[in-house]
Amino acid sequence: MTVRRILVQPVVLAALGVVVIVLVLTAVDDFRSVQLTQMAYLGIAAGGLTVLTGLNGQISLGHGALMAVGAYTTALLLQDDEPMLPLLGVLVVATVVTLVVGAAIGVAAARLHGPYLAGATLALAVAVPGIALYFGDTLGGEQGLRVRVPDAPGWVLDAAYFVTGQDLTPSKYVAFLGWGTLVVAYLGLAHLSRGRVGRRWRAVRDDEVAAEVAGISLGRARVSAFVVSAAAAGAAGFVMALSVRLAAPSGYSLTLSLTLLTAVVLGGLGSLTGALLGAALLTFLPQVVTDAGVSAGLDDIRAAELAPLIYGLVLVAVILLAPAGLSAVSAPRGTGRAGPPRRENPHEHSAQAAAQEVGRHDRRPHLVGPGRRLRRRRPQ
Amino acid sequence: MQQFVNTVLGGLTIGMVYAAFALALVLIWRSTRIVNFAQAPMAMVTTFIALQIIEAGHSYWLAFAAALVAGLVLGAVVERVLIRPVEGKAEINAVILTLGLFIVLHALASVVFGNRYRSFPAAFGIRGLEVGDTTIALTGFDIFTILAVLAVMGLLVLLFRFTDLGLRMRAAAFNQEVARLLGVRVGRMLTLGWALASLVGSLAGLLIAGGSLVHPGYMDAVVVYGFVAAVLGGLDSPAGAVVGGLLLGLSLSLVSGYVGSQLVALAALAILMAVLLLRPQGLFSQARERRV
Repeated sequence: MTVRRILVQPVVLAALGVVVIVLVLTAVDDFRSVQLTQMAYLGIAAGGLTVLTGLNGQISLGHGALMAVGAYTTALLLQDDEPMLPLLGVLVVATVVTLVVGAAIGVAAARLHGPYLAGATLALAVAVPGIALYFGDTLGGEQGLRVRVPDAPGWVLDAAYFVTGQDLTPSKYVAFLGWGTLVVAYLGLAHLSRGRVGRRWRAVRDDEVAAEVAGISLGRARVSAFVVSAAAAGAAGFVMALSVRLAAPSGYSLTLSLTLLTAVVLGGLGSLTGALLGAALLTFLPQVVTDAGVSAGLDDIRAAELAPLIYGLVLVAVILLAPAGLSAVSAPRGTGRAGPPRRENPHEHSAQAAAQEVGRHDRRPHLVGPGRRLRRRRPQ
Repeated sequence: MQQFVNTVLGGLTIGMVYAAFALALVLIWRSTRIVNFAQAPMAMVTTFIALQIIEAGHSYWLAFAAALVAGLVLGAVVERVLIRPVEGKAEINAVILTLGLFIVLHALASVVFGNRYRSFPAAFGIRGLEVGDTTIALTGFDIFTILAVLAVMGLLVLLFRFTDLGLRMRAAAFNQEVARLLGVRVGRMLTLGWALASLVGSLAGLLIAGGSLVHPGYMDAVVVYGFVAAVLGGLDSPAGAVVGGLLLGLSLSLVSGYVGSQLVALAALAILMAVLLLRPQGLFSQARERRV
């Protein structure tokens, strides 16, 4: 194994990441650490979504709703001053609850594709906030549930002082928790997507028939991708609840789901690095753009809408100009579909290229060609 | 009993609007195999255009017509500029593209028209009809809503059944290659299809807005309901979309009246999942099998 290959091993990257995270979180002030926590939870959820959409080809507009499941579970467990579970336990419960919900949705979603799946998960994103309103007595209704973040245990404070040489503020504690969750989640996602499971997901995405012939159960592959992705969203909801200290329906609107989609498309579908990049952009861009808008003479509320405007424009531009996402722009090998450009099977690649070639002459009269049939597998 | 009658009447009225919206989705699906998730914000933008015209002191009907024309133009422009490049590509591209457009129009409307709730006038009275000494919750505007949607449906049937243009549009939607060989300008037909669909969507937007409040997100849930209605009818069948819209309006109205209005979207989700898993070809589709 060459040095270079060793360096790109997820474990090595994660170890380097931990060092960078500790250095950065030590250096920044409380305000920045809150922002970095936001980046962490968006990154965790986007990481889960990019695995689902990029590697398995399933789109989900409902990941905001899944985050809400994780966040509300966290909030319900952290109602009292003396929580019944340690925070790590809360994280596990929030992840497992979301995982179970995700499994139920995944079983239904595995039978859908493309626009049908998009529509169904869109309905999920719109429907879930209503549940919190309907069960207002337990779930707090419009106001939401307050989250009591327990103080950091003594040994954590001591360890933090020992490593960083400064006292651990509550918001930095949450930031460390968030980034710790992110590192673990990304390690898990990277491990899964590089191994046998990930190969199955990609096989199902690229060619259902070939995958089935090779003995892969389509349903099982799809449900497992959804379950893993949902678990990541649940963990993200946990971090978000701790950071915002509130679980309220307005935080988990359709906008959040669409924002997550923006992050993964922006960074290039299927790439964890891309998802983290997208999360960074979603965290830091709004402030810059809003300030620019205010100085250009817009009032605060209107200026705040400039950031989503840019997300939307970028989303449209990426699909039209660089379907493989921004992280692939430097080495464009796009195949015309919004997925990672790498194909492991050369025949597959040439078939895709042929399909695209036909697509270029789409406006001319064209009889049946080999790519044509491949491209147009639409319902009767 | 009176509550039941009112709930049913309200459901049928809103069902007509969902039917119109579903019809817009079906028109686009038939011609380009794309579900236009940006349909709701497109309708929202045209409704805001109408509101600007009304607030500038012009008549309601001028604003109504202007919004419909704006919808027509917007649909054509969107198809020609944004959708054309992704037609026939991987279906996920079109889905993400229309969602991008969704976000853009949403944000643009908030920047241009502001984010607050504004009241939209209704053309007719918004008081219920009085039958004897009981008031039925069927307002003048409700009757107008039903008639307007019926008129648009009638016009679409006339267009597609009895005109040369309609025949060409159907040919382009049915089989692009053969239509092209027979001399149909398929590209233009697709643009026209999107334009018409967007017009129908705008009408739905105006009808929902009438007599209530509008803000940039007021149509967001409707795109879900329209989609559910369209899937209920098979996504391929205009008649199915209408029946699906009415059925959905009725069921959601009953849920809202007897269970709780917060659960309406959840009920829509349940109906959608039930249809997709139990009868994926929809209730009224002629096609034998549909890959969902």
